[in-house]
Order: sequence, then structure tokens, then C-alpha cells
Amino acid sequence: MVAGGVTKFAKAHPAMDFRLMVKRAYDAALAEVPELTTDRIDGSRVSYFSDHFSRQLKAASMVQDYLGLNPKGSVRIEWGGATGGECFQAAFEAVASGRMDVCLAAGYETMSRVATWKGNEFIALASDTNFDFPLGGFYTGYYALMVQRHIYEYIRLRKFAHIKDERQAQRMAIAEGTRVMALVSVKNHVNALHNPYAQYPKQLSVQDALNSEMISYPLTREQICTMSDGAAVAILCDEERAKEFTDRPVEVIGVGTGTDTMRLSDRPFGKVPLMPREKASDYTHLPYPGIHSFRAGRSAGLEAYRMAGIEDPNEELDFIELHDAYSSSEIQTYEDLGLCKYGEGYEFTERGDPFLTQVKYPFPTPKAGAIPVNPSGGLIACGHPVGATGLMQAVFAHWQLQGTIAEHFHDPTLQIADAKLGAIHSHAGTGSAVTVSILKRGF
Amino acid sequence: MPAPRKFTKFREVQAEIDKNGAALFVDKEGVESLIIHSPYTIHYIHSYAEDSAFFLGLASGVLRGSKCSKASCGFVYGTPRGHCMVCGSPTTWIELPKEGRIHSWTTCHFGGEAFLKETPYNLAMVEFDGVGSLLLVRLKECTESEIYIGMPVEARFEPKPKYSITDIWFVPKPAAASEKPRRG
Repeated sequence: MVAGGVTKFAKAHPAMDFRLMVKRAYDAALAEVPELTTDRIDGSRVSYFSDHFSRQLKAASMVQDYLGLNPKGSVRIEWGGATGGECFQAAFEAVASGRMDVCLAAGYETMSRVATWKGNEFIALASDTNFDFPLGGFYTGYYALMVQRHIYEYIRLRKFAHIKDERQAQRMAIAEGTRVMALVSVKNHVNALHNPYAQYPKQLSVQDALNSEMISYPLTREQICTMSDGAAVAILCDEERAKEFTDRPVEVIGVGTGTDTMRLSDRPFGKVPLMPREKASDYTHLPYPGIHSFRAGRSAGLEAYRMAGIEDPNEELDFIELHDAYSSSEIQTYEDLGLCKYGEGYEFTERGDPFLTQVKYPFPTPKAGAIPVNPSGGLIACGHPVGATGLMQAVFAHWQLQGTIAEHFHDPTLQIADAKLGAIHSHAGTGSAVTVSILKRGF
Repeated sequence: MPAPRKFTKFREVQAEIDKNGAALFVDKEGVESLIIHSPYTIHYIHSYAEDSAFFLGLASGVLRGSKCSKASCGFVYGTPRGHCMVCGSPTTWIELPKEGRIHSWTTCHFGGEAFLKETPYNLAMVEFDGVGSLLLVRLKECTESEIYIGMPVEARFEPKPKYSITDIWFVPKPAAASEKPRRG
């Protein structure tokens, strides 16, 4: 990867349609690498999630057209919430296969063109429309079902095993789980105070997060990402050309993907695919994934780590930008990616491992800096214009590995010192598809 | 159509276009965007296809799952599938118990636009004895503070079927001493 660009993510960009948003992000990327002009690009992969938001089918063609890339090859990539991550990997494949020397990955979403609750309906159309959608058309509800079970397995049955009254024990476990989830929400909102591209930077407190409006029990508004307008692009090329275009390239050294059933109802109760540090005996009594964990995330992580030669992600990775559509799914994802064992996500959060040392949070984070997660602010604070999100992560990771956060954010705070290896993680509805890509400083 | 009125707050635009068809939005930089009302409705000829017997069953008060026809597999589905996810063999229809337990649940205070008028509503994933997968349903006749994982529930059927998954819902049932919730 030689360059990336993003527009600021916002509730609405009424003065830009999707073509102009992508053009702005594309021009920002080209400005980083003056030797790389449009005539050097061999083709593109263009991502957006839903045709419903703009009611323009084959909109990716219009992006290709607007950027002046015709008659070069292009194809649209769509894979739910993981659309951006898949687009990044599709561009990687175009280059790695030798089909293209230089490939543009461009993504966007314009979600402001419908009212918020209509937008929720569109997103929920990416669930089974015979069995799931007619019950409420609401993805937050599905994630609430998942985190309820996660809390039950790992807090109710462990920390509160001694409480006999089932209803009381579960309420205590939910209070404990949501309190820790709120730490994640605070982390991401506070990190974003130093990211000018973020939609919702905020000096949030744990109480603010917990007391915000209940959306789907136990998920409150501040624990959930919002709808956004935005675009992001990444330009990938082979090593030879990378050296020609920039002296600060970033290598893609691992890609992984995973999938799971569309319906939560169909998720199996099987065995955990193990990370290098885990043993089968760690999970003797854990039917997996059930609805508590994202098997696709574990699968994507394992594949990407194997390709990149990573054995211990905590030790080897300097940071991760992961898909925190909900504070709950960020904690679930720590476990999927092997940052801690299944069941340890809450303690891992409380210890402070995924926090930054250089940012001040309104509670102690003793192990901050162990493995910073979502230094940018993630989806919760940056916004989630679906087709752009996975590419936004690539751009922020690119700048971290280049050491150019200060230059791009006009604020050095979020730069992770001497970052050499990072991961990006993109996730589709209830974990029905996940991508993980490993990026490495290439100079 | 009259000349569009100007707005500087984007959230006020929708009401204006719904009423008058068009509005002019002026952003902080002074850039003007013309925004119009653009409705879109469609009536699908939706076939339940291989899932049809499930919805016909609900209409006659029968809850159907499916079972893998391969003897060495025999996986039982709480939400029917035409072919087995484990071994790929065709499944056959079976009748599921009308009682089960809550595997997980939530109370939705919002929803997709079409469902906002029904809030708050409860969703529950139900587990059945001897069945390998779950069923997602609405849970009624109870509120957020009463529901818990493992709670025994039983099915109710819509007397005037709409041939939708909402033709079935579950309600709390008094617990029997022997019931043991599943893990996972």
C-alpha cells in the first residue's frame, strides 16, 4: 500500500454525492504520492454496501467513471459490514496475482439519504428476510442477543456462579458486563478527540455511556456506532512500483477471511479452533461458537496470522483497528483474534491492555499500551459509512505504520511509537463474514 | 412547484421535502444543495419456496423444524433448512415441541422503521430438548425485568395468520424442576 485518503465521516454530506466523496478521498491519496498519476493505475475495486441508500444500481461504475478510470477493469465488492475489508483484499489479490501492477480500492456509503430508522431497516435486510427480519428489522437487537449470551457464559457462570437466584445472578452479570463495555466506548470516543476525521469525538464518562438511551437491552446509544456519509481509498501496487512512488510504503503480509451462518439460530455448538497459545482443555465446557462468539473472526484471524507468520498477536502486533460496531463486539473480537482467551475479554479490558498510554481516560488503565485497539476511535467514534469503513481502517493503519499520524491528524497524540506491524479487521452482520489483514512497515 | 425554501439545519430538511417536495440546504461553507422528495415503494411476489411448509404449519398451529435424512447424521434443526448444513443431505419435516427455554433475549426499544410502532418488544432465541439449533421469535406477556436465560417458554399461534414468522410467539411457562438449560 502506497497511499490512502479519507473524507471526514459525518452524519450527512448533502453537498457531495458518492462520486464526489470518493473523488475527494482519491485526490487526497494521490497528493501523497506525486509520481502516481491516474494513468499509472491499472484498475479498481469499488465497494459500497447497499443499493437502497442511494437507489442507484451499479453505482460503482459511476465512481470508476467519475475518477476517469475507464476503460480499465473494475468490479464492485459487497459483503455486508465487511465490504470495505473485502475490497481491500480484492485489490491486494489483483496485485498479488500479477493481474495489475497498481490497483485502487475505493469505498463509500451515503447513509444520510434516508431517515435513521429506515436505514436500520435496510441494514436488517442483510438478515434472513423469511425468519429474522419480520421480527423487528433491527441489527442492534441481534447483537444484544449475542452479548447477553456472552455475559451469561463468561460472567454469570463464572463470577456469579455462587448466586442461587437465577434472575438476580443474571442481572448482576449484565451490570458488570455493561460497565466493562462502557470502558471500551469511553476509550474509543476519547481517542477520537485527537482524530479530525472522526464523526463523534467526545469526552465521555462511563456513567454517560451507561445512562444514555436504551436501544436494545443491554445496549445503550453510546455503545453503538451510528450511520454516516463518507469515503475512503487505498492504493496498492507491487513492490517494484511501491519503491518508485514512495519511500514510506506499507506491506500487506497476511490476509484472512471467515464466514458463518446468516441466521444466529443456525450457529453450531462445536469446538473452538485454537490459537497457538490455547489448549483444547481451556475450552472443555464451551460449546462454540453458539451465539456468544464470532467464529468467522477466529477463522479470519487464524488465516491471516498463519500467512503473516504471527504466533503471538499480543507480542508481535503494535496495534489493531477492529470493527467495533458495538462496544460488546469489540470485546468479543479481542477473544476471536486471540488477544486473550475466550472468556477473558472483560478482564483484558479492565486491565487496560487495549488502551493507549498517551491518552488520559477517566479511570485507571494499568496495562495500557499492551496492544492498543482502535487508536483512531474505531467505528463507535469515527462513524460507519459501511463501504468505506474497512478502507478507513487501512488508511489509519497505513499512517500509523508510516509514522505520519501527526502530519495527517495535525495532532501527534494517537501515533503509536515505532509502530511496525498492525492488523485491520472488518466484520459483517452478526459475524456472518469477517476479514483480517496484516500490514507491516515496509521501510 | 414553488421555489424551494432554504435550510441550514439538515435535520429540518426531511419534513420540508415530505411536505413541499423540495428544499435548499445551505452548509457551513455556504454551499447550496437542492434536495428533493423521492419515494420508492415496491410489492414483491415473494415465494417462501422450500420454507413454505413451515409458514403453512404456523397457520394451522404446528411448529415445524427439519431433520437430516442421512441416518449417520440426523441433525435436527430448530429453524428449518431444506438441506443439512453438516452433511449436505436433504432434510425432512418434523414437528417441534411447543415448549422450550430461552437461550438468549433482548428488549428492543427501537427497530427498523416499519417496527417502531411496536416498541418495546422482546426477542428471544428458544432452545428445544433434542434439537440442535435455535429459533428466533418474539416473546410476549412479560417485560424486560422478568426475563432471564433458561426461562421456560411455550408457543402461541396467531389465530388470523399473516403467513409470517410473527404468526408464532412464545410466552413464559411455569418451570418444571427437572429442566436444565444447555451450554453454549
